[in-house]
Amino acid sequence: MDKALYVDALRLMLDSRFFEEKTEELFKQGLIHGTTHLANGQEASQAGLCMALRDGDWIVPTHRCHGFTICRGSSPFAMFSEMFGSSHGLAKGLGGSMHMPDKEHWNLGSSAVVGSGVPLATGIAYNMKRDGLQNLSVAIFGDGASSRGSIHESMNLASIWKLPVLFYCENNKYGMSASSDKMVSVPRVSDRAASYRMSGKTVDGNDVTAVYDAASQACTYIRSGKGPYLLEVMTYRTKGHSKSDRRLYRTAEEEAFWLAKDPIEHLKRLILKEGLLDQKQLDDLVCERRQYIEDQSALALEGAGDRLTTDQALDLVYAKEAL
Amino acid sequence: MTFREAIRKALADSMAKDKNVVLFGEDVGVYGGCFKVTEGLVNRFPDQVIDTPVSEEGFTGMAVGAAMMGLRPVVEIMYADFFTLVFDPIVNHAAKTHFMSGGQFCCPIVVRLPEGSGTGHGAQHTQSPEALFMNEPGIKMVAPSNPSDAYNLLVSAIKDNNPVLFFEHKLLYPAEGEIKEENVPIGKAKIVREGSDLTIYSYSHATVTALETADLLQKEGISACVVDLRTLKPLDREMIHRTARATGRVVMIQDPSPAGSVGSEVISAISTDRETFSKLKAQPVLIGGKQSHTPFSKELEKNTIPNALQCAETIKEKLL
Repeated sequence: MDKALYVDALRLMLDSRFFEEKTEELFKQGLIHGTTHLANGQEASQAGLCMALRDGDWIVPTHRCHGFTICRGSSPFAMFSEMFGSSHGLAKGLGGSMHMPDKEHWNLGSSAVVGSGVPLATGIAYNMKRDGLQNLSVAIFGDGASSRGSIHESMNLASIWKLPVLFYCENNKYGMSASSDKMVSVPRVSDRAASYRMSGKTVDGNDVTAVYDAASQACTYIRSGKGPYLLEVMTYRTKGHSKSDRRLYRTAEEEAFWLAKDPIEHLKRLILKEGLLDQKQLDDLVCERRQYIEDQSALALEGAGDRLTTDQALDLVYAKEAL
Repeated sequence: MTFREAIRKALADSMAKDKNVVLFGEDVGVYGGCFKVTEGLVNRFPDQVIDTPVSEEGFTGMAVGAAMMGLRPVVEIMYADFFTLVFDPIVNHAAKTHFMSGGQFCCPIVVRLPEGSGTGHGAQHTQSPEALFMNEPGIKMVAPSNPSDAYNLLVSAIKDNNPVLFFEHKLLYPAEGEIKEENVPIGKAKIVREGSDLTIYSYSHATVTALETADLLQKEGISACVVDLRTLKPLDREMIHRTARATGRVVMIQDPSPAGSVGSEVISAISTDRETFSKLKAQPVLIGGKQSHTPFSKELEKNTIPNALQCAETIKEKLL
């Protein structure tokens, strides 16, 4: 990653972090109902991947989707609005925290059935290849979902048809409470690439420069027509699986180890070391991004009462027009 | 033209007209499909007829994603029984995407499902699973009984912007009939035989049974109207009520067992409508298959679905 991109990366990562922090606060205040899956600690994975993509490249994120959605360019206002269930939301309030599709920003939205978004992303790639596009689609999944049959079937399909898919495994060590050490048959998910005659690689998912570089290389490989690629990034969600998780399955020592590897703090140190910003400029940037997310959430809260009527919602069960 | 050829023609005409219509399935290419429905299509449309590996969930999910991007995939599931493998992409994704995206995406996919018993294939190759989807919003279901409807309804299904399950009863494949190319919209039933004493509702293969039943009744001077539902979801409720009110005696004949089925929905619609109910002269009758898996043994297999003789007897006993 070119040093000139470090501050851009930090900006995206701060937005993602502050979005999650604000979301947690709003849940605690009882202003949002349902559940949410926070990705604190995974910001380097989200920003590094999305910065390596071009316009027209599609993503299909996981249920832990906020950071990817922000990094692909969606408006935090529309995302907060979605969680408030308001008609200003990305899905008009019909999706919620796990469903934030945004056609304008090449984001199909997540499947809340872990691993089921992967065949959809493979289908997007099928179309791209058919249309002769230079674009690619990214099938994002976690270590937990890596055991789904749908993913293995998709990898085989993508390989035999040389489809432009980046299989992107965001390994945060746990599928809910289940440790990938116990649930995955190979030391690294990327080891499975060879079974499908794909190239694969595992990198440090808490280092945005490593993620960006690996994702850029993978994208170049895919765009050259060589077929799919499996990239695994090793990261950690510092919060629980969802808001009801008491985290009984992991130790305080393990959490402390990973908190010390915080991707944002790592990047800040790098920026200071390289002299890209001084401490004052860095502090100002942090304040600016925090305020931006604060303002977006406040704006969304103002319109939180604007909702679709039940009839308007029912009207969306079926698409109206036919060819 | 046979029912099989009518489906092939609908696929061919649709693919010729629109390059985005692409057929995916196991052995649909050179082999011509398990039931020879797609025979020869790969020669005419090599880029639109795609043989897949045995990965129903994978390739159907792939087709769903492609449909959300504007492709018009037609997926052949070799036997409708294998739908269990594609529940997730169809029910959790194709059916919900328009709603869950606030209308940003639609999913114009057709899933072709050869179904039904009578072929000696045992319990995992003979089911008629349409009842499983009656309560699933966001999808449509079509089950034609003759070549002309098969042609026109498949053309309509491919043009539809929603996921459509297209049920093809395997015993109908060799059935002959003339094709009348016309617009048959999804959601419209059809009176296939006029009659004044009672109304029989049916769909797919059971419509053949219903027409035979009407013939038997006619010999005894009883005049039965036969309504072919054609579309199972959304049901043509207007036609159902109109024809029920006209005769005041209603019977539903279907191959699957009655519990939670298309027939129980038809009878429910009739019984819960004040005006239609008030016009009934007898209780509604629902004749369906046995609540059983399909036995292999030929005689036993035959006995799991209703036949015309039994239907005529039941109607005389209960309705007249």
